Amino acid sequence: MEKSDNLVQIDHVTFGYDRRRAVLTDMSMRFPRGSVVAIMGSSGCGKTTLLRLIGGVVRPQSGTILFDREPVDPSDIEHLFALRRRLGMLFQFGALFTDLTVFENVAFPLREHTDLPESMIRDIVLMKLNAVGLRGAAALRIAEVSGGMARRIALGRAIALDPELIMYDEPFAGLDPISLGVTANLIRRLNDATGATSIVVSHDVDECFHICDYAYLISSGRIAGEGTAQQLRASDDPEVRQFILGEPDGPVHFHYPAQPLDQELGLTR
Amino acid sequence: MEKRNLDMLVGFFVLLGAAALVFLSLKAANLANFSFDSTYALTARFDNVGGLKIRAPVKSAGVTIGRISKIAFDDKTFQGVVTLVIDHRYKFPDDTSAKILTSGLLGDQYVGLEPGADDKNLNPGDTIKLTQSAVVLENLIGQMLYSKAAEGKPKDAAK
Amino acid sequence: MSPVNLLLAVGARSLRLVESLGHAAVFFRELVRHTPAALRRFDLSVAQIYAIGNLSLVIIIMSGAAVGGVLALQAYYALDRYGAAESVGLLVALSLLRELGPVLTALLFAGRAGTSLTAEIGLMKAGEQLAAMEMMAVDPRSRVLAPRFIAGIVSMPLLSAIFSAVGVTAAYAIAVKLIGIDSAAFWSQMQDGVDVFKDVGNGLVKTIVFGIASTFVALYMGYESEATPEGVAQATTGTVVISSVTVLILDFLLTSLMFSTRP
Repeated sequence: MEKSDNLVQIDHVTFGYDRRRAVLTDMSMRFPRGSVVAIMGSSGCGKTTLLRLIGGVVRPQSGTILFDREPVDPSDIEHLFALRRRLGMLFQFGALFTDLTVFENVAFPLREHTDLPESMIRDIVLMKLNAVGLRGAAALRIAEVSGGMARRIALGRAIALDPELIMYDEPFAGLDPISLGVTANLIRRLNDATGATSIVVSHDVDECFHICDYAYLISSGRIAGEGTAQQLRASDDPEVRQFILGEPDGPVHFHYPAQPLDQELGLTR
Repeated sequence: MEKRNLDMLVGFFVLLGAAALVFLSLKAANLANFSFDSTYALTARFDNVGGLKIRAPVKSAGVTIGRISKIAFDDKTFQGVVTLVIDHRYKFPDDTSAKILTSGLLGDQYVGLEPGADDKNLNPGDTIKLTQSAVVLENLIGQMLYSKAAEGKPKDAAK
Repeated sequence: MSPVNLLLAVGARSLRLVESLGHAAVFFRELVRHTPAALRRFDLSVAQIYAIGNLSLVIIIMSGAAVGGVLALQAYYALDRYGAAESVGLLVALSLLRELGPVLTALLFAGRAGTSLTAEIGLMKAGEQLAAMEMMAVDPRSRVLAPRFIAGIVSMPLLSAIFSAVGVTAAYAIAVKLIGIDSAAFWSQMQDGVDVFKDVGNGLVKTIVFGIASTFVALYMGYESEATPEGVAQATTGTVVISSVTVLILDFLLTSLMFSTRP
């Protein structure tokens, strides 16, 4: 079977949790196989929603989402679960199972979806933990690990079944400089080593540009800009420039909408 | 291993609960008195069944040998029809009498069987012919008052 | 507030209540629907029975003993006046088996096990653990919710039986050992008056119904809680309140059905 060039393809998707207010409008995006694609934008712009659409958690009001050439249909449970076995997701704070140990967390997808004997599972889990540098922490309880470690364990769990698509929801948020470097490094290396496709949702411009092949900038539910790191840095678009350069005021206003100051202070009527 | 430990503890819990249930059924309730052996049914008609209830005991010589299974009303003879279920080991003669008695002074009522002298035994489904109805307290008091009043009258007449 | 506004407010509140009742009914249906799948992975339920049942044993046994003992004392004071002190055992046994066993166990269960279920589910949801499970193609309803539901339904009758049994034993200790009532009379009076089907059996039915209700409320409140510390705290208190009220109402309904004076 001819493999599609794009593992994931989003075509003219419009979506809103509330029917009256659309979070995303007419979005079209391409995620080529084997690449790392970043989705950037300020908080609340709908980045996480995109991941939920791709994972089939919610259904778009219009437009289609294709995974490996097949449409993602939330109502077809079997198809959906088969799709989800091919992807791994890293949640913002890890979303590790607090009642299990580090080892058991990474072993979870293997135990749920495969009939492999425990000895094989043990080997695979240790290898995954080794890939993220935490093989020595296998016996720890989740309450005992730090934030950065939790993210890495979650990453180990996300790649346990060697998924074709790995999605990262704000993997850099709140990390110290060393952990940042480690995480970014891991994302790139894992992607290249396993031939997977990665989607990184983040607002950390520098780290994203460091590792991604292509990036989309989302603003107000639309694509404000897209391209390689180089292209985006050279862009003239005011929205793109404001985000990339981190300017406090621009198309995204500094002030929350309010009446004029002198009116509020009672200086004029 | 942790899992085996868990299973054992839960098993212990279930056993404890089951033991509690058995204890309650046997020691606290009347399961031990329940004879699941086969039984046969007899009927008896009473003018007044008093406070007899379903599952009240049927006793003979003070020993429980059966239970009341049904209490119905016959609107042709205006009598209460009581169905007694007796342990199949015990057979009673044809002229056995059934009385509704009270345990203690104000206790629950039960049916007492007093055997007769007949050679033939009651067959399953037969009706006990000799019955004595329950003692109704109000009637008893009424009788006592009436007899007291009657005692008083001759005295007056003698005056 | 003007009468019209008041009416509107009441109306809106009522509609929201009906909506959440419907929501709860759907949740209940989903719980039941996923129970067969959870039964196939019975080891999950076993772990939950430990958490809910075993760990409640201490409080149940202590409460059972206390209630049984106190009942025996109170009953003795009352019955002794009518020369019916030997019926103490009967009174205690009937009270425990028919009412106090099922109801008190359910209330204690709501407080101990119910709140822990609510908090656990609420925090799991807040920490995106349930969403993560879904993304891994594992249905949290079969894997997390249904096993806890099964555990609650299994644990309640066992706990209630233990409560009543301990209560009767405590009553025996007080009445026979402490007060000096004749042991044989104590047991025979009890056995004569307590019917296995009517009293023990009905009590059992009650606990199963209470178990279903309390566990369902605990899981629902946890699942629908807000993902904040205040939200989870509110949900746990809500569990205790709603479980308790539901159990008491169900108790009234079941009692009138089971123990009617009609033949």
